[in-house]
Amino acid sequence: MLKTKQGRPQKQMVKSNRGRRLFFMILPFMLLTFAFSYVPLFGWLYAFFDYKIGRSLFECSFVGLEHFREIISNPTEFLKVLRNTLVMSGLSLLVSPLPALFAILLNELRGRRRKKAVQTLTTLPNFISWIIVYSLTFAIFSTDGMLSNLFRLFGLEGNSYNPLSDGEHVWLVQLLLHIWKSLGWNAIIYIAAISGIDQELYDAADVDGAGKLQRILHITIPGLTPTFFVLLLLAISNLLNNGFDQYFVFHNAIVADKIEVLDYYVYKIAILTNQYSKSIAIGMAKSLISILLLFGANTLSKKVRGESIV
Amino acid sequence: MRQTKLKLRGLPFQAFLNILFLALVILCVYPFYYILVYSLSDPDRAAYAFLYPIGFNLDGYRMLFQLNNIFHAAVISALRTVLGTLITVACTSFAAYLVTEREMMWRTFVYRFFVITMYLNAGLIPWYLTMRAYGLKNNFLLYILPGAVSAYYMILTKTYIESLPESLEESAMLDGAGYVTIFWKIILPLSKPIIATVAIYNAVNQWNSWSDNYFLVSDENLQTLQLILYNYLNSATNLAQASTQQLEAMGASRTMTPMSIKMCITVITTLPIMCVYPFLQKHFAKGIMIGAVKG
Repeated sequence: MLKTKQGRPQKQMVKSNRGRRLFFMILPFMLLTFAFSYVPLFGWLYAFFDYKIGRSLFECSFVGLEHFREIISNPTEFLKVLRNTLVMSGLSLLVSPLPALFAILLNELRGRRRKKAVQTLTTLPNFISWIIVYSLTFAIFSTDGMLSNLFRLFGLEGNSYNPLSDGEHVWLVQLLLHIWKSLGWNAIIYIAAISGIDQELYDAADVDGAGKLQRILHITIPGLTPTFFVLLLLAISNLLNNGFDQYFVFHNAIVADKIEVLDYYVYKIAILTNQYSKSIAIGMAKSLISILLLFGANTLSKKVRGESIV
Repeated sequence: MRQTKLKLRGLPFQAFLNILFLALVILCVYPFYYILVYSLSDPDRAAYAFLYPIGFNLDGYRMLFQLNNIFHAAVISALRTVLGTLITVACTSFAAYLVTEREMMWRTFVYRFFVITMYLNAGLIPWYLTMRAYGLKNNFLLYILPGAVSAYYMILTKTYIESLPESLEESAMLDGAGYVTIFWKIILPLSKPIIATVAIYNAVNQWNSWSDNYFLVSDENLQTLQLILYNYLNSATNLAQASTQQLEAMGASRTMTPMSIKMCITVITTLPIMCVYPFLQKHFAKGIMIGAVKG
């Protein structure tokens, strides 16, 4: 740094120069982010026009809120999709304590290496794409799959169960697939939280003669509650976002009625029935509601825990 | 007076835990093992191969790699994984370092500008139209450019860099080092753990992604392995039909069944993940923990 008699002003100027230089260095990355994350938002304008593919915005007729009105005035299909979305989100909220339970039980398992092995192997499904999950499901449950072959081996031919074409228990099947893929992975954060609990608390409990169950109830579970709470709030803000991949790969005519969630519906009406503007309108409403939910969850978190989640 | 205490007794409880976790592990691992065994078995007898390959042979794989599109798709998938990860790691870590510099002009605004993007989702069609307008339709750059700067990875890296001692950087600055030099010579070597974490996350995501390919790339020369697998699974599609015909022309119909073809492709698509998995293990928990600390 330059040293002069009146060090201050010079220093400040150097500083502001450096500040500017830093800003110009990061500018290219901001432009990249602008191009890929902000520019697509301008596409929302099409929700207020009658967009046909291959036309520019200026060639499309302005229809105002017509597409939103259309969704509300003829809501049968939309309500069905909304139901599926909320059912799937609700079910995954319902099973959200499972990873915590997994972590608590794993913590009680004896043997460090055994614990580590369980943790490693149960996170495996998290790292594969839904396409591969689909392929595995196919390998196990399809007519030529493992299950029917196993039945055949024991002379129980014709006995089998194929969740891919079970139109009745779609929600349950998708929930189980979701649990299979994410349970081990979601438990990691709780496992880490448990290892962060003060060991002295357990020692003190031992001195007081507390049993294993009491230690879990009075130390481990309270220790995990903040983590659980944060994840719960984030899940609430994602109520409308089930993701696309899972519902896309497992979609077929038999399960269609119950598997079509909002993320799939946005794709379906755009790509399969060419209602682009309506699709954009729904996607836009979904994004805006999600942001509102996130702010709501954040405010709630600030009030209850005095800490924000975003 | 003895209080009735709820107790989890030692031995039966441990036995219960062992059985429970063994069952969970089998549930998670066996499907992968099953497809591997199936793909290595003689297709005619593979139906009863549950625990080990029956009539071990590698014909399925040999046959598949003779199909141009499979080999080509594997190369494309590998390229997007390697190049995409390199670019994402380079951009994200340098940008993350820059925002840790407190002197930056409008620093708070800059940081928020990136963070907000985590909560923005324009939707399928706006994304599609934008990418097409940029000329990324049927363009390899579609696979690597949009994810070059990722807000989430940036927060992870920034949080990590902020935990490093400041004194090193200060002394380098007194020696007249510029930002790029400091980043390259000091920050980058010290940030290896977080960079490895980000790289592995990103590589897995790159390898697994298929929707960009599905929506915007119809050029067969740019197909990825994931989409090829999907097409084979829904073998009604033209691509798979064409390949099946190609296979038949090669005389494969005698040795291959549709199921064994599917299993072979699934194994090829899963294998790279399994290979980097030991490294994943070391890093992913760390990533989650840093992510849990707010940026």
